[in-house]
Amino acid sequence: MDTELILMQLFSGVALGAILVITALGLSIIFGMLGVVNFAHGALFMVGAYAGLWVASLTGSFWWGLLVAPIMIGAFGMIIEFVLVRPLYGRSIDDPLLLTFGLGYVLVEAVRIIFGSDGIPFPTPPQLIGVVDLGVGFFPIYRLFVIGLVILVLLLLWLGLEKTRFGLIVRAGARDPTIMRVLGVDIGKVWLVVFGLGVGLAALGGVLAGPMRSVNPEMGSLVLAEAFVVTVIGGLGSLLGSIVAGLLVGIAISMTALFAPEMATIVMFALMAVVLLIRPQGLFGKLA
Amino acid sequence: MAMLETKDLHAWYGPSHILHGVSISVGEGEAVALVGRNGAGKTTTIRSIMGLMPKTTGTLCFAGTDLMSMRAHDRYRLGLAYVPEERRIVPGLTVRENLQLGLVAGRGDISESAAIDEIAESFPRLKERLGQEAVTMSGGEQQMLAIARAMIGRPKMILLDEPSEGIMPVLVEEMGALFRRLRTQGVTLLLVEQNVEWALRLADRAVIIDQGEVVYESSSAALLADKAIQERYCAV
Repeated sequence: MDTELILMQLFSGVALGAILVITALGLSIIFGMLGVVNFAHGALFMVGAYAGLWVASLTGSFWWGLLVAPIMIGAFGMIIEFVLVRPLYGRSIDDPLLLTFGLGYVLVEAVRIIFGSDGIPFPTPPQLIGVVDLGVGFFPIYRLFVIGLVILVLLLLWLGLEKTRFGLIVRAGARDPTIMRVLGVDIGKVWLVVFGLGVGLAALGGVLAGPMRSVNPEMGSLVLAEAFVVTVIGGLGSLLGSIVAGLLVGIAISMTALFAPEMATIVMFALMAVVLLIRPQGLFGKLA
Repeated sequence: MAMLETKDLHAWYGPSHILHGVSISVGEGEAVALVGRNGAGKTTTIRSIMGLMPKTTGTLCFAGTDLMSMRAHDRYRLGLAYVPEERRIVPGLTVRENLQLGLVAGRGDISESAAIDEIAESFPRLKERLGQEAVTMSGGEQQMLAIARAMIGRPKMILLDEPSEGIMPVLVEEMGALFRRLRTQGVTLLLVEQNVEWALRLADRAVIIDQGEVVYESSSAALLADKAIQERYCAV
């Protein structure tokens, strides 16, 4: 096997990992801030892909789908938080978990009723069709675009969290919501926005994945498992951990697909087991 | 005019009835020491005023506004600040960021950098450590930070829960001087303390709570002189 093939597969792994990073970050932000394990995250990823496809077909442009779907589904996420999750705060952690678990099924069935069970092709935007010569081989432009866009989104997220007043409120509120209340912050509003942001990230992941995987009602279930594995490997609630672990899992899956395709779906669980044996709190997690 | 007034304040934690009708009045610019044994209901009184108790009934007025119908974050915005017993310095944030938290919900009329500079002048110990992660400081320094964070939004009144607890004597003296300075600026104080003598020397009046009720009220000087009452209600 030649080095070029391995390098190309490495790039593919990074592109796959980039989508995992975005999706897992949404999961991690929601868990870190609200303590809610969002089992509907995979379904919302899938709904995001459909929303992107729908907006793209209405407007005739992938770009509108990419822009509008995350905002639309993020707003839908805020409604979910306000109407369904909010009444469960202060109860056991299982309650929102069961609620979102059920909500995931409802969303999958709803999409199946509206769009059918079969996969729908998500055309790659014409500007991003083709390959580019990276020196070691030809790489799809679309995948490069995905990597670049994810880097941009991560940068914006980092700036938002570290350099803005709202980011400071989010960081502090994740650690101690009570003190934020007595410092005049309506923490409920912050939770609403953060839940919407987390869901919007899942939807963005879904739209980006569209042209790489086929869009079908089941596409979220594997992603949910992958996103959980990523947050566990990275350390629950650690954003940096989600980024590193997302790339790691993406590359691991991609490389296994090259050398031992039949192992590709279980390699991430093996990786998770190894990390948990060595560092039970995850790569960047803090011990409770 | 009373800055803060509670009438027949009751509070519950789940099924347990903690406050049984507490009535306290604190005048504008006044400093009142709220004393009593452990478990008497001092912290619960303060938490009820801040809106942190799951269930309260009675009347609660601050600067002429009814607090009962208001949520905790709106109470802070009226100018009512709180220094909790556990300090609640936020981990992972620097000293400067913890100070900024006092301003995030601000009315917008205070410039952040000017306010931090001003606070840093009053707290030289914090000034040197603005960039340091706050929870790596000593307990006393963290207490000072908790007080500074409560002051930075220029509140009308500050509720302090056991600020001297577990703090080196030299810092307790510094804190006393700070409270006196706050009073000259017209800030109203309600001070819950186990360190009764220290609190009484800072306060104008004393209120003793026992088993969720006010059992005694007098000037600080009168309680300082009355060892029998101190012995009866404040001995640990």
